[in-house]
Amino acid sequence: MATKTKKDIVIPGEIISKGNDFLPGDWTMKQGENIIATRIGIVEKYDKLIKIIPISGVYIPRGGNVVIGEIKDITMNGWMVNIGGPYSSFLPLRECPGFIEESEMENVYGIGDLIVTRIFDVRRTSVDLTMKSRERGLGKIQSGIVVRVNPHRVPRVIGKEGSMIKMIKDASNCYITVGQNGLIWINGDDIEKQAFAKRIVEYIVDNTTTEGLTEKVEKWIAENKPASIKTVPKEEKSEENVEVKE
Amino acid sequence: MAYTKRIDGRKLDELRDTSAKIGVVPNADGSALFKQGDTVAIAAVYGPKILNPKHCQNPEKGVLRVHYNMLSFSVSERIRPGLSRRSQEISKVTEWALAPLVLLDELPGTVIDVHINILQANAGTRCAGINAAAMALAAAGVPMTEMISAVAVGKIDDKIVTDVTKEEEDYEEGEGATDIPVAFLSNSGKLTLLQLDGRIQAKRMKEALEAGKEACKKIFEIQKKALKEVE
Repeated sequence: MATKTKKDIVIPGEIISKGNDFLPGDWTMKQGENIIATRIGIVEKYDKLIKIIPISGVYIPRGGNVVIGEIKDITMNGWMVNIGGPYSSFLPLRECPGFIEESEMENVYGIGDLIVTRIFDVRRTSVDLTMKSRERGLGKIQSGIVVRVNPHRVPRVIGKEGSMIKMIKDASNCYITVGQNGLIWINGDDIEKQAFAKRIVEYIVDNTTTEGLTEKVEKWIAENKPASIKTVPKEEKSEENVEVKE
Repeated sequence: MAYTKRIDGRKLDELRDTSAKIGVVPNADGSALFKQGDTVAIAAVYGPKILNPKHCQNPEKGVLRVHYNMLSFSVSERIRPGLSRRSQEISKVTEWALAPLVLLDELPGTVIDVHINILQANAGTRCAGINAAAMALAAAGVPMTEMISAVAVGKIDDKIVTDVTKEEEDYEEGEGATDIPVAFLSNSGKLTLLQLDGRIQAKRMKEALEAGKEACKKIFEIQKKALKEVE
């Protein structure tokens, strides 16, 4: 992603293109001859399409996203889950692997539990979730900590092809699962490692607009790493991984 | 004595010292502070989120809820905290002023909550509230077609002045004081808020609206600058 300078940010109503050179894409609309932005964000042009990449606001669910949600309610045939978007999300019983007795449902996922889940479908006013996936890592969160960040900064936390997240994992010796809705699950064997991973994540989120973020984070880790955390042995690393590219 | 010179020495069409800032409420989805002289307003936007109870939801379009509140220490004599007839009225007119620019059709079944708090009041609080709310909505990433700016114009004696203060509102000599809060949209220049307290001739009203339009353009530039200064 290109660096964001002041002039790149557009505000609602701002004219981003005149004439018929472009087609209006996400968060833009045609007003007379002009294309205007309908949301604060950064303009991006693809070929003949012009669109806005949002920089703030609530999470917009997209099919295929891995998210972290909280169980809000148990119904006859599934669970209501809060994933932070503007619409209610539902995890049907049939989308869970294995056979679950109706009376057993609250033992599987009880109210207040946090789960790692995948968005199956996004409809007009509701979201369907699934637990069935070829990828590993979906399920209930049993231990560790969950950090909430701005969902629009998640791509920077993951980095190019997961480079940034790999760096955090190596530095803190924790397993990290990034939900596209801005919830990040950090699981390590002691609280000190988890706290360090959390601090790295917070540092990245606070500095998303800076250029050369990877080098900066590397430097920051070298400076701030507590002596008690050893580097990861190689074989442990293949265990985890739930990363999604947008 | 006619009102020839403004009490605080400004020109007739000059605004008070105006500044704006976004991101003042960390827990909100979007927030803004708008300062106009001694009037300070903070707006916080939560949502779009699910609207409960369910029977309040509109399956066709989203709902916009505005809460205007003047804090008890905002004026020299303490005011009773909580809802009052005045705050309910201002909440409603602010809602009507903001509704035309928010693309509520894209958010069926949801609600956007806008909370406006006046920290310090010296006339023109509803205008400062609208200015702050518009910035907070934009900062919260709510889809909008354009921005809105508001200003209180007035007729003090027989002079049309922009951005009146409390002192001017209380002016009693000559023709007295008239206070006209107006809000204009940034692109289309449409008028979405117009209230009038006092008396004014039809001809002077046109003049007042022109003055308001010019002032709103200046305020929009301030809002725009603050919104683009992310980090």
